[in-house]
Amino acid sequence: MTDSMLIYKIILCVIVFAVSLGAAAYMTWGERKLAAWLQDRVGPNRAGPLGLLQPIADGIKMIFKEEMIPTHSNRWLFILGPCFFMLCACMTGVVIPWGAGWEAGGTIFPMQVTDINIGLLYLLGVVSIGVYGVMIGGWASNNKYSLLGALRASSQMISYEVAMGLALIALVMMTGTLSLKEIVGQQDQGLAFVVYQPLGFIIFIICAFAETNRAPFDLPECESELVGGYHTEYSSMKLGFFLFAEYINMFISSAIMASLYFGGYNFPFQHELGLDGNVLTIVQTAVFFGKIFIFIFVFMWVRWTLPRFRYDQLMNLGWKVLLPLAIANIIITGFVMLFMGKLG
Amino acid sequence: MLTEYAFWFLSFVAVFSGIAVILSKNPVYSVLNLIMTFFSIAGHYFLMNAQFLAAVHIIVYAGAIMVLFLYVIMMLNLNNLETEKRSNVFKLSAVVAAGLLMTVLSGAIQTADQITLAEKTTGTAGLVENLGIALYRNYLLPFELASVLFLAAMVGAVYLSKKNLNETQA
Repeated sequence: MTDSMLIYKIILCVIVFAVSLGAAAYMTWGERKLAAWLQDRVGPNRAGPLGLLQPIADGIKMIFKEEMIPTHSNRWLFILGPCFFMLCACMTGVVIPWGAGWEAGGTIFPMQVTDINIGLLYLLGVVSIGVYGVMIGGWASNNKYSLLGALRASSQMISYEVAMGLALIALVMMTGTLSLKEIVGQQDQGLAFVVYQPLGFIIFIICAFAETNRAPFDLPECESELVGGYHTEYSSMKLGFFLFAEYINMFISSAIMASLYFGGYNFPFQHELGLDGNVLTIVQTAVFFGKIFIFIFVFMWVRWTLPRFRYDQLMNLGWKVLLPLAIANIIITGFVMLFMGKLG
Repeated sequence: MLTEYAFWFLSFVAVFSGIAVILSKNPVYSVLNLIMTFFSIAGHYFLMNAQFLAAVHIIVYAGAIMVLFLYVIMMLNLNNLETEKRSNVFKLSAVVAAGLLMTVLSGAIQTADQITLAEKTTGTAGLVENLGIALYRNYLLPFELASVLFLAAMVGAVYLSKKNLNETQA
């Protein structure tokens, strides 16, 4: 790796980090505006035009609020919980290809921090260790509501990870690769993979809702039963980290869904426009962000439309509906590939 | 050079968190230290360019099995449990067993230089394609037998828990 590439990668890393944080901050604003719209209210409109400075005001408020650590809690683990949750949320952005790549001075600078050949497994791995933040935080609070929230979170996340992984296996069978760059690259020409994998996509999006603890799967922080769930005892910016990481997770899972099933940064007739390479990259990145925001809209739309599941319904859906469907999807994909002669 | 530093760092973390697993009084700390050990071992796999193995190690052990461990320990709330007194016979047999294990291990280490090691950092044996070909072409029968064994163990575990459930209900 040359020096210029190394510097470029570091800059890209910082940009991805800043964009995830910025997007997450403005998603809190978007969520409140959308909720207001759906409920026929006005929403935040005092801080700045259209309430656009509201996330900044919220952030300042969070930082300067009094910080409390319960006396009988485990101090270090109490602090470690939100930090770990935030770390895992920020770790996934590095394998997502945000655009095709820049060409400057004969070298191509890809719009992806790293293209590891196990990209999908890396994503699943980070998702699966993300639950520790919630578990450690909930346990260290020494509060029964926090503990129950943490236990719910961990069982929910484990259950839905299984179906999510199996939904991805059908996609991997089709593409023959685990690298996100290649999966997006294969959708350069022809149809997006959602056409070939409709069932897989539906399973994946339901699991993504469950993994990000969004309604209707927000049982870990179910306020009507558990006060605030795993973050009952948290205050100040540590609470902010938990809430903020949820929005980053939502942003990243929208980006993953857009790249795996909806062609990533590709859009129809992109090569017929006759655009120059670098201009095309800018347009592609803009299109990719457009797709991401559509998914974020769906996340919020569902939250303000559907009521919360009951716990037994959640477990039944995960193990008795989604898991068999995901396995059936793998078998169907295998048969179709066999008859289409795609198997080597 | 960098890989060598990484190797020593990961080994240090693995050994010390491994010792911390058995020394911590609090079972939750033990589990968290065990997770640290798994992470450093996954780092070792990465150093050997066995990326698939490293990712699966994290997903299966750190991501699934240890979450269940932590889950059970938090549910049972073992914090206030008194450690029971061990009898002298128990201690003596533990010492003998550990000594025998150490004999076996030191015997294995003595002949270790005869084993050809995988090429460090450049080896391709751990990449997904090569591992898949090895498992599904060269070692298909043992692999399938192992999966049948796992299935049998799973069915057995479900059956045992179901049986107890019926007894308590009746």
